[in-house]
Amino acid sequence: MPHAAAPAPGTRGPSPLRHAPLLTLLVMLGPVAAGLLGTLGPAFGIMPALGGFDPGLEHVRALVDWPGLPRAALLSLGTGVLSTALALAVAVLVCAGWQGTRAFAALERVLSPLLSVPHAAAAFGLAFLIAPSGWIARAVAPLAGWQSPPDVLILQDPLGLSLVAGLVVKEVPFLLLMTLAALPQLRVAQSLATAQALGYGRVAAWFRVVLPRLYPRIRLPVYAVLAFSMSVVDVAMILGPSTPPTLSVQVLRWMNDPDLGMRGTAAAGALLQLALTVLALAGWRLAEIALARLGLRRIEAGGRGRAQPLLRAAGLTLGGLSGGAVILGLAGLAVWSVAGFWGFPDLLPQEMSGRTWMRHGMALSDPLADTALIALASAGIALVLTLACLEAEHRFGLRPGTRALWLLYLPLIVPQIAFLPGLQMLGIVTGVDGNLPAVVAVHVVFVLPYVFLSLADPYRAWDPRLGAVGHALGAGPARVFWRLRLPMLLRPVLTAAAVGCAVSVGQFLPTLLIGGGRVQTLTTEAVALASGGNRRVIGATALAQTGAALLPFAAALLIPALVWRNRRGLHHG
Amino acid sequence: MAEGLTLDTLRISRDGSPLLALDAHVPPGEVLTVMGPSGSGKSTLLAAIIGTLDPAFTLSGRILLDGRDITRLPPEARHAGILFQEELLFPHLSVGGNLAFALPPGIRGRAARRARIDAALEDIGLPGYFDRDPETLSGGQKARVALMRMLLAEPCALLLDEPFSRLDAALRGQIRDLVFARARARALPVLLVTHDAQDAEAAGGPVIALG
Repeated sequence: MPHAAAPAPGTRGPSPLRHAPLLTLLVMLGPVAAGLLGTLGPAFGIMPALGGFDPGLEHVRALVDWPGLPRAALLSLGTGVLSTALALAVAVLVCAGWQGTRAFAALERVLSPLLSVPHAAAAFGLAFLIAPSGWIARAVAPLAGWQSPPDVLILQDPLGLSLVAGLVVKEVPFLLLMTLAALPQLRVAQSLATAQALGYGRVAAWFRVVLPRLYPRIRLPVYAVLAFSMSVVDVAMILGPSTPPTLSVQVLRWMNDPDLGMRGTAAAGALLQLALTVLALAGWRLAEIALARLGLRRIEAGGRGRAQPLLRAAGLTLGGLSGGAVILGLAGLAVWSVAGFWGFPDLLPQEMSGRTWMRHGMALSDPLADTALIALASAGIALVLTLACLEAEHRFGLRPGTRALWLLYLPLIVPQIAFLPGLQMLGIVTGVDGNLPAVVAVHVVFVLPYVFLSLADPYRAWDPRLGAVGHALGAGPARVFWRLRLPMLLRPVLTAAAVGCAVSVGQFLPTLLIGGGRVQTLTTEAVALASGGNRRVIGATALAQTGAALLPFAAALLIPALVWRNRRGLHHG
Repeated sequence: MAEGLTLDTLRISRDGSPLLALDAHVPPGEVLTVMGPSGSGKSTLLAAIIGTLDPAFTLSGRILLDGRDITRLPPEARHAGILFQEELLFPHLSVGGNLAFALPPGIRGRAARRARIDAALEDIGLPGYFDRDPETLSGGQKARVALMRMLLAEPCALLLDEPFSRLDAALRGQIRDLVFARARARALPVLLVTHDAQDAEAAGGPVIALG
């Protein structure tokens, strides 16, 4: 039989779109690779930018000689691992106990907005809540008989516990969203019903038949959370201890040292941070294996689990606490931003006024403009690249595998503090640091994975028969894309753009390091206020920052509702 | 080569194992019915003809439409019309917008295009429906719009993927008659894929069983 070498139907000839995935990888991973290389050199004395070429271990030695090192490294490791474990436990408990209930549906609705609250704003909000003069202490004061704030060190405590709390409240929504995205493929209801018919309680059934299949699907997000929590800078500057701080904060201090020679020590520290992250990930993986073995033994033991009500209550309480902390924290920011005199232990200020906003509002307008510009540009670039990748995948029948997913998560797993210093030093060599386009380019590195993750599922779920009808009506691929697919996907496309904007708005370290201190956004402004302690200005700035992150979400809801107000077929979901 | 739709030693396989083999000719104005249970490759056959076959499949043989070899043409250049089980009206466009999407660009001028579409709407008993949201139409109305949309694109053949199975019994006969009548009036070769014996009977042409 003559085997006709027909091109696989659906595939097409050469087109620039074919190169979209490669270009995207380059844009996303190029800066990471360059930054890591750029960190490696200076750590070992090779700093052509600063006229230094003195290969050797001098900087590594300086790092090792820093007396705070063991404690700083331990703090990074401890707070990162603890907060990740806690956030994962809360997310899992909430899902195990409440998925499919009305309480869960209510939670689902606030997840995306919670997720988009910038880390710095959430950290400030939490600080205002748990500080000795915060709302919690004020609420307790009448009972405890306090006339002045209790003299305890809560914020920036030496063990980093408030830092852990700040990380947990921000990572729980992320892990929950990732879990929700993975669950539909697992046919949870059927598995649960089967296990329940065998006499297992809901929670016990969930842990035995859902979790083992779920975990591999949320492993990468968990790794991203672990790597992020260990190396975060802005949250650690606000809530973490300061003498010594976590390793990543110390690296930033060295980077900002007027003595340029300290850049080498910073680079060595950055490499140590990278090594710590790899170590923690490896340890986490081992713990996964051990827990899976233990779990399997428990499953085979056939115990039906008795702690059900307790575990459900714990899930609801912890989930509620973590979400409530962010929301109450934002409320605290809002009240402080309009507070006049506010004595302890009053729950509300004696007078409220717009004075803070009037006095500092003008000062916020320039950072706001830059914030918006960078967010729109980086989200726009990420959206175009993502759409090009997804459309190329569709047109050329590409099947991205697990490896592609790992590459997508790489910028979220390699610590920012490990490669941004190198990128900054490379920027000085090439003269592209300190300007807006450079900042946008580095924001794209972090915005892209989120935009892609947000858009990929709805894009791939579009009914291919609609495209087939379009083609049968004589429309080519471009017309089907622009006239059918894109308008029908308006809502998920705008949502992905909003996610991208929120990610960009929240970026602290990339803006600070690549902007060379010359590009000021609401986030860099807010974090810079941390040491000053003017709560009214912090409240206003952090609230403006949150607003900048949330506004795109409102637009992503509103625009499709307006554009498609007369199209019932697009109202679902 | 003869007018109509010709499947010339068409063979489709997946991972080396043959899925279906077909030799058939459908003359203009006639209906060929392909019957088979689900999984027998009926939809794969239609995908091969309209050009949206998944790359996982391999195809040999030729597909000819009015003597043109369309086997390797991109889907939009084949002029093979298709109606699916669902109407698949584009939900973001009005009823008129759906028809305008199908109308060939050769018909120029806003007014001329609008007049063509208004006439088409009148033709299917839906005058004045131009600005309606397709989602607000009844099942029968949607089916008629979908048929008219396909016909406006001036196809050279009509493929039917169980297009009546979702309609209730009364409507079903009505829409079926309408589709076959229109196809006959335009002398279109029709390939009907179904698992319903009544559809096959109503089509009146030869029947091939798959699977």
